[in-house]
Parts: sequence; structure tokens; C-alpha cells
Amino acid sequence: MRKIWVIARKEWAEVFKNRFVLFTVVFMPLMMTALPLIILYTMGTPEEMAGFSAADMPASFADLCEGMSGETCGQYFIVSQFMLLFMLMPLAIPATFASYSIVGEKTTRTLEPVLATPVTTLELLAGKAVAAALPAIGATWLSFSIFSLGVAILTEGSELLRQVTSPLWLFAIVVVGPLLAVAAVSIAIMVSSRANDPRVAEQISMLVILPLLALFFAQISGLIFINEAMILWMAIGVTVLDIGLLAFATQLFQREAILTRWK
Amino acid sequence: MIVAKGLTKRFGDVLAVDGLDMEVKSGEIFGFLGPNGAGKTTTIRMLSALISPTSGKAKVAGYEVGREDNEIRRNAGILTESPGLYDRLSAERNLSFFAELHDVEDVAGQVERYLRLLGLWDRRADVAATFSKGMRQKLAIARAMLHEPKVLFLDEPTAGLDPEMARLVREFIGELKDKGRTIFLCTHNLDEADRLCDRIAVVNTRLLALDTPEALRAKLYDRVVVVHLSAVAPAYEKAVSKQPFVRSVETKDNKLVVGLDNPEKNNPELIRALVDAGADIQFVGELRRSLEEIYLRLVK
Repeated sequence: MRKIWVIARKEWAEVFKNRFVLFTVVFMPLMMTALPLIILYTMGTPEEMAGFSAADMPASFADLCEGMSGETCGQYFIVSQFMLLFMLMPLAIPATFASYSIVGEKTTRTLEPVLATPVTTLELLAGKAVAAALPAIGATWLSFSIFSLGVAILTEGSELLRQVTSPLWLFAIVVVGPLLAVAAVSIAIMVSSRANDPRVAEQISMLVILPLLALFFAQISGLIFINEAMILWMAIGVTVLDIGLLAFATQLFQREAILTRWK
Repeated sequence: MIVAKGLTKRFGDVLAVDGLDMEVKSGEIFGFLGPNGAGKTTTIRMLSALISPTSGKAKVAGYEVGREDNEIRRNAGILTESPGLYDRLSAERNLSFFAELHDVEDVAGQVERYLRLLGLWDRRADVAATFSKGMRQKLAIARAMLHEPKVLFLDEPTAGLDPEMARLVREFIGELKDKGRTIFLCTHNLDEADRLCDRIAVVNTRLLALDTPEALRAKLYDRVVVVHLSAVAPAYEKAVSKQPFVRSVETKDNKLVVGLDNPEKNNPELIRALVDAGADIQFVGELRRSLEEIYLRLVK
């Protein structure tokens, strides 16, 4: 366990000196937190929203508005479009981080001296995974906390805050988010074993966000709306996916393969 | 300290190392020479438990390769072909990371010790990217030494260094030997191997020769004495060739190049014979075959 931490600390010390990675870790959460808050701010005062009712919403969303005022339902409709972005962070940040951390080691040939130490392959892999996943999870949770605080301030602690911090979204952010981060790290490790350029690895690893983006656009276009069942199924699906991906990534991340086949 | 028996490594259809048998004694500098693609780096990787052999066995510091790999990693240090430093980290951070991975007890103290020993202490806070090639190599050597390994594998330690830096590195390797470390030195610099190594193995996938540089010279070449004369005459060559201990004689410019069994014993008689024949001797020296000549003869 100690060595996992030693590796993670080294990764952070090194990768955070890369401005591009730093930009991704800081800018993306900042943007994804600010955007829904700005929209919420510009939506108008409660008086201006007074004419809004659940009937104005798409039918599939109107069910989610049960018990809400029309004004809150309108706000929730707009804000919920962006809630998925908080799940995009644990996918995108580790993909960038792991790509630079693993392919970077390949290009600078720093892996061989590390593999010559009494560190196990699992410790090395875990150290890199922790280093990539923790900042993403931390950034997601922090952004979501700031967002919730912003909602509380802008709506003066209304029903909307209760919706945003409902068990559905808390589960999505606290549980599904880290599961997505593990998937992103595993994919980045697999891609890194074949790529020789961190930028190429990052671009390919970023494809991991496509299913979530599809979900995002499906919701924006009114095709679906995220509900409890969907989040639960997502959690189960990603857990199964994580187990498979982790097993495959660990298989690829073997000492001999790294030294002789990672070109 | 290192024993290999039938050590073989195959990558698919490619045979990289073929049945290597050798023994490296404790405290010696062991030269491992061979052309590119001869399997030197693969051998080092097998012996330092980085990759496993396809067949055969090896023991390093008493631990068996493939079965006690972590113990080997604890007892061996490796300087890889490329220094492989973290360019964005300081020299101190580069070393402390490896010291922690090696479970060094006093990380800060050990890092300071080697940074001072290799003259890098004043640059400890600078990132490795700003270091010259020589400084990078020194930092990589320090990294290999941090956990005080019994065996040190050095893969081309002076490659690409300027003569002054290369000399410093060679001196440091010499000091390590004085401290009782076993050093497995892989190099293309044959002069360096000749000066540093107690014994030398020449490989080209398989082992071609293994002995001390002097013994390899004796095995492959006669000992040759060069007699510089003020002038040559056919009588001199005749007088020399009559001697029973002379294996060969050749005249080159104003020199007689004479192959002998044992120069220490034969030289006085040889000189007497030449003086008796009227030769005017300027000086006598032994033609020492370079390790390069030995190496090329073995490899070809």
C-alpha cells in the first residue's frame, strides 16, 4: 500500500508540471461548474419564471417534476441537462492523466529502472491508476459541491437544491463517478500499451466519453431523461465493465511485455 | 555472485541468448562484450530479474532468477542503456522516489550521500531536464546505487560521455570495486573494458570466450617483441630465426618483429644474438595486442 502511494505522489509531482494536464484538470471542472450556474443565473427571477408549468416540459420529464412548482421544474429541466457533465469529468480527466503518465514513461524510458525495483506490477499499476483517478474524482466532487452551493445561493435554498442533491444524483456523483474513472484509467492503460505519443493515446482514450456524450445529447434532445433506474443500471453496467477492463489492463501491464513489446 | 547455466532467451523465432554458461566472482568487474544484437541487454535484463529466461538457470547474489525475483531486485542495481530520468523532477526527487521504492531506511540521508559522492549536491534542486549528458549518467548511477546493491549491472556507463566525464565514471566504477561490489559491465568501449575488467566474456548470442584480458591475448596471439635498430641487414633476421625459442620473425622498416614463447626469459638471448651479429639496438618493446584485436578476431 505504501508503494502505491509513493508511485501516486511521484506521478502527481511529475504530471502536474505538464501544463496541458494541469489545464485539463483545472479548466474542465471549472467550465462544467460555471456553465450551469451561469445559465441558472440568467434564467430569470422567480417572478419572470412564474408562468412556467410542468406541462411546458417534455412529457417524459414532466413525471420527474412531481410535487415541484412550475418554476422549479423549469429550472430543474435546464440544470439537469448539465448534470451529466459532472460524470464526464471522471472519464475525461483520468484519460488525459493516464495517457501522459504511462506513455510519458515509455517515451522517456523511465519504466525499466522502476521495474528493476522490488515493486510489484500490481503496485505499479495501482499507483498509476490512483494517481489518475483521484484528481478526477476529487475535482468532480469539489465541482459538484461548488455547483450545489451555487444552486443554494442562486435559488435561496429552494426545491431545486433538493433535486440537485437528491439520492439519485448523489449516487451518480459519489458512486458512478469513481466507477467511470476506473473504466477510463483501464482504457487509457490499454491504449498506452500500444501508443507511442501521449497526445495520440489521449485522443484515443478520450473516445471513452462518447457513450456518455450520447446520453447527454439524447437527454438534451428529449429522447430520454436520467432517472433512478437508469443510474442504477449504469452503475451495474460500469462495475461489470470495470472488472473486465481491469483484468485485461493488468494482463497487458506485465513486466516483460512492457520491456520487450511496448515500443 | 552470478552463476548462469544454459541461460537462454527466445523472442518468438528469434534466439537472443543461447545457452549462456558463466560465473562471476564476488568483488570482480566482469566485462560483457559483444556486437549490437548479441544479447547483452537481454542477458542483463534476465540477470536483474526484469525478464524471465526461456530456459536455463541463473542465480544472482544467491537468489534464483524467476523464483526469487524480488530478492534479486533488492540485491542488484541496474544502470540501463538510457538513463531514464524523470525530466520534470529534481535530481533529489528522482533519487528519493527510487530510494522509497527500494525501502531505503534513511531516504534523505542516502540521497544526500550519493548526490555528494557524485558531485551533484549543488544541483540537487534542479530538474533533470537541465542536466548535461554526463550529469544525467551520474544521476542514473547514483540511482542504481541507492539501496547499496551487492551486484551492479552497468549497461554502457560511459556511452556518449566526453573523455573527462567518462574518466570520472570509470574512476567511480574502480572505487566501487575497491569497496567490494561485484560489477557486471556491458560496454562497447574495449579500452575501458581492458583497463577496468578482471575478466571478460565475449558473446554473440552465445558465449565465445571468457577469461582475463591477458589470458585471452595469450590464447589468441603469440607474444611479440619489437626490436628497433639503427639499420637492418639480412644477417640480423637470420641470426634471430636460428634461435629455438623464436616462433616468427619479420622485418619492418628499421624494426624486427619477433614472435616469442616467453619474452621475459627469451629477450636476453635474443638481444645477445643480435649484438653478436653486429646489430645496433636502439630499444626493445613488447607489441601488446589491443582488446579490440582480440574482440574482432573472436566475433568474426
